[in-house]
Amino acid sequence: MRGFLTILRHEIFVLLISPATFVAGFLFLLMMWLVYWQVLKAMPSKELPVSLFFQLFWLPVLFMVPLLTMRSIAEERRMGTLESTLTTPTTPLAIVAGKFAGAYVVFLSFWVLALGYPILTSFQVPEGSANFSFMEASPLIGGLLFVAVSGTMYVAAGIFASSLTRSQLVAAMLCFAILFMVILGEQILFTYSGNPETVPGRWQPILDYLRTFRQLEDFSRGIVDSRPFVLYFSSAFVLLGIAVVVVERKATR
Amino acid sequence: MIKPEISIEATNLTKVYGSLTAIEDVSFEINRGEVLGFLGPNGAGKSTTMRILCGLVRATSGSATIGGISVVEYPEKVKRLVGYMPENNPLPDELRVVEYLRYRGQLKGLGPREAHARVEEVLELCDLHRKARRQIIGTLSKGFRQRVGIADALLTNPEVVIMDEPTIGLDPHQTKIIRDLINNRRGGMTFVISSHILPEVELCCDRILIINQGRIVAKGTSASLREEYIPAKAFRIKAKGELEGLIGELRSLDPEMEISALMEIDEDGFHEFSLKTLNPGIAGEQLLAVIQKNSSWVLREIADVEASLEEIFLAATKRSWEETLGRKPKKIGIVQMEPPLNEPEPPKESQSE
Repeated sequence: MRGFLTILRHEIFVLLISPATFVAGFLFLLMMWLVYWQVLKAMPSKELPVSLFFQLFWLPVLFMVPLLTMRSIAEERRMGTLESTLTTPTTPLAIVAGKFAGAYVVFLSFWVLALGYPILTSFQVPEGSANFSFMEASPLIGGLLFVAVSGTMYVAAGIFASSLTRSQLVAAMLCFAILFMVILGEQILFTYSGNPETVPGRWQPILDYLRTFRQLEDFSRGIVDSRPFVLYFSSAFVLLGIAVVVVERKATR
Repeated sequence: MIKPEISIEATNLTKVYGSLTAIEDVSFEINRGEVLGFLGPNGAGKSTTMRILCGLVRATSGSATIGGISVVEYPEKVKRLVGYMPENNPLPDELRVVEYLRYRGQLKGLGPREAHARVEEVLELCDLHRKARRQIIGTLSKGFRQRVGIADALLTNPEVVIMDEPTIGLDPHQTKIIRDLINNRRGGMTFVISSHILPEVELCCDRILIINQGRIVAKGTSASLREEYIPAKAFRIKAKGELEGLIGELRSLDPEMEISALMEIDEDGFHEFSLKTLNPGIAGEQLLAVIQKNSSWVLREIADVEASLEEIFLAATKRSWEETLGRKPKKIGIVQMEPPLNEPEPPKESQSE
């Protein structure tokens, strides 16, 4: 993994000077502000504001991840700088891992910034002035943990999509399509096929295992199951592994 | 057994892309500290060979070593020994020159402090230390971009520097800077330079290697290649007087001698003509003696003209085509300049054969 830290530092630096990152960050924070505003307007409700806040996590993820990851490998391949990097002792694994880690750090930073909304609100509103709690530690930590765990796969999908093409636009569209299928696919499937409980018995555990929103619900309630960790981490490893092979193959052809 | 004086050794390198053989049985050795000019028409296999030597592309068969280390078995070790400047010199447009070089230094295994110090050195070496050091790469001119690429190749003080078209797009002043830079490191670093600017190659390279259609067609010093491919001796004479008589006298030295007029007559009435002979015994002194026999002939200039590298290059590539087509290569004395230097085409007969 020689060169991993160098690539990571460089990637974060490049992301921080890239206009696409600022666009992604601005849109993300704007959208999360609107989401939180709507959540507060809907109060009081059965659910806590923080839980509702995280339930719409997929909305910004669908555009933020493609914007963050689209240039990572695709642009370097188009410019030819990926080839230059491979003339150094840096391995394709370090390149892909560094780019993934860089995008993931920025992804998490945006979410930490977005948590400012519920945190600031809880500080601003006097305690006891509302008949609900603005801040509950367990759904907040659970929601953030879910975003962090699932984010590994979403960002890995973006890096994978970026490794397949030289075009940033194609990489972004491909990443969007993958994320849409992964996050909303099962919801749409159940919407059109009826009640999830009507699915044949042997498919039930598999579909349950893949249901993103059920996992989020569990995390928000403080139920931390090991299965989502396995699902997201193993998917991320597979996607990044394929990206490493693609980078190696394309560069050494 | 590893020969200590050999810096780069390629043995029967072959690279096949699908149905296309990019290079075939390419073998050569480069001594430590030598500057090698790597010449060939477009698509001849220069870049493929260079990329194999850098560990960027795997050869289909054959082997290559850099400093005695196998490129295939230990690519990471080899990459530490090689500074490579690829063709078209890709650079990230969004970074500043100094930021980019520091990043490259750390990728190449230098610590942050070491990278900092080395970057300052190469910036000064490549004349980038003034205004250009803080400039965004995307705003640099072609010449400055080339210099950034060269600075990157020299960053770790590597044992071997491989540069693909380093002087392309540079003005004469910048080209001279690059040439001086190579000359200053001659003997310390091994350079492999691919270029289409042949006079430039002849000026700075110790040895020349010509590749055509994926095969090495000629290698040696420019003098040895000249001897092999252009055995004719050439002179340029500028004289005034009765020309036919003079030519007759000169032909008496060698009846096979080829004499062609370069300039009909100048404003002072002097004729300029070239003289080519395969007789190695004929020297300038003999020609001078013939011309001085007759007092009506006035000599202004007589010069021994060496064949240019361009002529050698054309002769070598032409001979390789003839060999490919199965024709007996002609003994080339005087080379025709018809095929364009950068885009030579095979002889027309190839379509019918």
